[in-house]
Amino acid sequence: MGIKIILDNCTGCKKCMTGCPFGEIEVIEKKALVKEGCTLCGACQEACEFEAIEVDRPALQSTADLGKYRGVFVFAEQHDGELRSCTLELLGAGRRLADRLGQELAAVLLGDEVEGLWQNLVAHGADKVYLADHPTLGLYQTESYAAVLTAVISKYMPSIFLFGATTTGRDLAPRLASRVNTGLTADCTSLEIEAETGLLLQTRPAWGGNIMATIKTANDRPQMATVRPNVMKKPTPDTGREGEIIPIPVSLDPKGIKARVVEVIKNHDWSVQIEEAEIVVAGGRGLQNAENFEVIESLAKTLGAAVGASRPVVDSGWKAHSHQVGQTGKTVQPKIYIACGISGAVQHRVGMESADMIIAINKDPDAPIMQIADYAVVGDLFQVVPELVKELKSRRKKGESAI
Amino acid sequence: MRIVVCIKQVPDIAEMEKMETDPETGNIIREGLPAILNPFDEYAMEEAVSWKERNGDEVIAVTMGPPQAEDALIKCLSMGADQAILLSDRQFAGSDTIATTWTLAGAIRKIGDVDLVLCGQQAIDGDTAQVGPMLAENLHIPQITYVSRLVLEGKYITTTREVEDGYEVVRCKLPALVTVVKGINIPRVPTYNSLSEAMDKEIPVWGAEDLDIEKDRLGLPGSPTAVTRVWTPESRSQGQVLRGEPSELAKQLAEVLLNPLQN
Ligand SMILES: Cc1cc2nc3c(=O)[nH]c(=O)nc-3n(C[C@H](O)[C@H](O)[C@H](O)COP(=O)(O)OP(=O)(O)OC[C@H]3O[C@@H](n4cnc5c(N)ncnc54)[C@H](O)[C@@H]3O)c2cc1C
Ligand SMILES: Cc1cc2nc3c(=O)[nH]c(=O)nc-3n(C[C@H](O)[C@H](O)[C@H](O)COP(=O)(O)OP(=O)(O)OC[C@H]3O[C@@H](n4cnc5c(N)ncnc54)[C@H](O)[C@@H]3O)c2cc1C
Repeated sequence: MGIKIILDNCTGCKKCMTGCPFGEIEVIEKKALVKEGCTLCGACQEACEFEAIEVDRPALQSTADLGKYRGVFVFAEQHDGELRSCTLELLGAGRRLADRLGQELAAVLLGDEVEGLWQNLVAHGADKVYLADHPTLGLYQTESYAAVLTAVISKYMPSIFLFGATTTGRDLAPRLASRVNTGLTADCTSLEIEAETGLLLQTRPAWGGNIMATIKTANDRPQMATVRPNVMKKPTPDTGREGEIIPIPVSLDPKGIKARVVEVIKNHDWSVQIEEAEIVVAGGRGLQNAENFEVIESLAKTLGAAVGASRPVVDSGWKAHSHQVGQTGKTVQPKIYIACGISGAVQHRVGMESADMIIAINKDPDAPIMQIADYAVVGDLFQVVPELVKELKSRRKKGESAI
Repeated sequence: MRIVVCIKQVPDIAEMEKMETDPETGNIIREGLPAILNPFDEYAMEEAVSWKERNGDEVIAVTMGPPQAEDALIKCLSMGADQAILLSDRQFAGSDTIATTWTLAGAIRKIGDVDLVLCGQQAIDGDTAQVGPMLAENLHIPQITYVSRLVLEGKYITTTREVEDGYEVVRCKLPALVTVVKGINIPRVPTYNSLSEAMDKEIPVWGAEDLDIEKDRLGLPGSPTAVTRVWTPESRSQGQVLRGEPSELAKQLAEVLLNPLQN
């Protein structure tokens, strides 16, 4: 295990210096020199364009070493200083695993001026919060986040490391797992500890939900997993809980990052966030045209739901691709999925079948979606949906006046 | 410029109900299932070929898989790939995502001088979306995932990356690896002629001996994760069928919707 500078290849360009998040590499007399505190995070190797740096991080510890890895770590995903709801879900799941193992639960928080979030992480179950706070960490960028987290793994040696299966988690976790050479299980819907071995049993749907698989990482650490949003229960916060904050000093240079986010365009339309929504109202070809989609949107608005769509709706340009549910769209697992004018082709079903409750509104009682619906409503959506909106609004009014 | 597109042959999802698993290894027995090119990889192929048409890039399709994965490569050739390479060897069998990327990285290094690697967002069978980022790490190049727009300008790419609450514009110097989402383009349908030309092309097969990789990185032994149990979840069955006047239906639905919401 170590880091080696291949002096013949080193040109003294200093790219490694800019790349190192911890200021642990210097260029002296045109050659790179690694300092004592090197965490073997690999950022310099990524930055080097001349193959002059080799980081050797052999994965396979002897089984005797596995016991040195302790604790459950959770990646505390935040955007613009706000914790993602899946972070709280991960803390709930992580707390349970940590208690089973009799070990600590830690949250790893990266960002720019995000210190204020730490108490909330503790209130939701973390014993420790590792905090890397730096302007360059304000936006999620793969390289800087992967470098800092590699250092966290090398230094604190967690046994389990969990991430949300979000676009961030699914970008970051595999990069990291590959760097530290360990196993990663994708998109888990259940996590347990195996009684005899203390190993993490990671259960996930694959093949579009047609099968479930339980996966173990027996001989490598940490045992890493991404966890599907909306599945694990959020814990009730306890503001009286005590925890510890541990700063991770970093000195990142934005110039060291190769794939740079140069612009962020927020879609303030919440209805597109179908993966985290508790209710999704989805429309299909039965809507006939883009204007009619208003029917779906008004129901979604009344329920505070996100808006989903089948593929023909997206391919005809009635809704943007980001609303598509299914095999070539998104997989959602809301509490309630309401399918209106959707036949329920297998490519659609794989994206929504694990919803807690499915309501289908369709003219055709024999449509496949009706066979899997908890409530199969036989009717014309253009009549039923507006009636439903009316009914919901009037009940809400009554409810309010009752208070 | 040289573009490598990593593609995977996958079972046709509509046929998946029929598949079986090996009771001992938990691995899936694929024999007999109709196979297709992973739909997301079609978008990756289309993207590569459309840039080739504009800039004269060279496009190479690569897959790791059983001998019959050749069919998926023929489709790539018919879409316009210049070359297709099949990585096939018993030693690759049982690879998890990390082991898959060791093999793919070995092949990409052997091809050499690759500027851009394209992958699909995910494969519709394994569904992990892990191969792209792991491969980029293995090759020590940056990655950009969930890309819905890609612009090549000289040595740089500018991409649009889809995230939950909008999108990001990410710029990067080549070499780099990009994974693409469905919205990026509309894949061409190969013509009869292009298909028959593709069938005549030779597809080299590389095995473990052809790649410079330590043997303990490959296949089952090189995989940190192990599938220990596979089962078919109970399929959902129909609950209540509601019929009647729209206003009646609306009342019943409102009941259902408001109750879970209140607690
Ligand atoms: C490789 C591949 C990938 C695919 N990926 C996806 C994917 O990710 N997502 C996806 O959704 N599809 C996907 N598809 C397409 C899929 O096979 C179906 O074609 C599609 O899901 C059908 O969409 P639909 O249900 O909206 O339309 P249809 O199948 O046309 O169904 C319309 C339904 O609306 C009902 N209806 C009509 N009018 C009314 C009314 N007034 N009131 C009530 N009901 C009414 C009809 O009875 C019918 O059941 C994919 C296909 C392939 C080959
Ligand atoms: C039920 C089940 C569950 C599994 N779960 C996991 C898991 O959680 N973690 C894990 O590490 N492994 C897992 N595996 C193993 C995994 O499916 C294989 O390693 C597979 O070869 C790659 O993963 P994927 O299909 O998820 O591809 P993805 O990572 O989803 O594929 C993304 C892209 O990478 C490229 N690509 C993928 N495979 C190939 C290939 N063979 N050749 C060329 N390009 C390719 C394509 O461009 C594709 O679009 C599982 C296997 C099974 C049977």
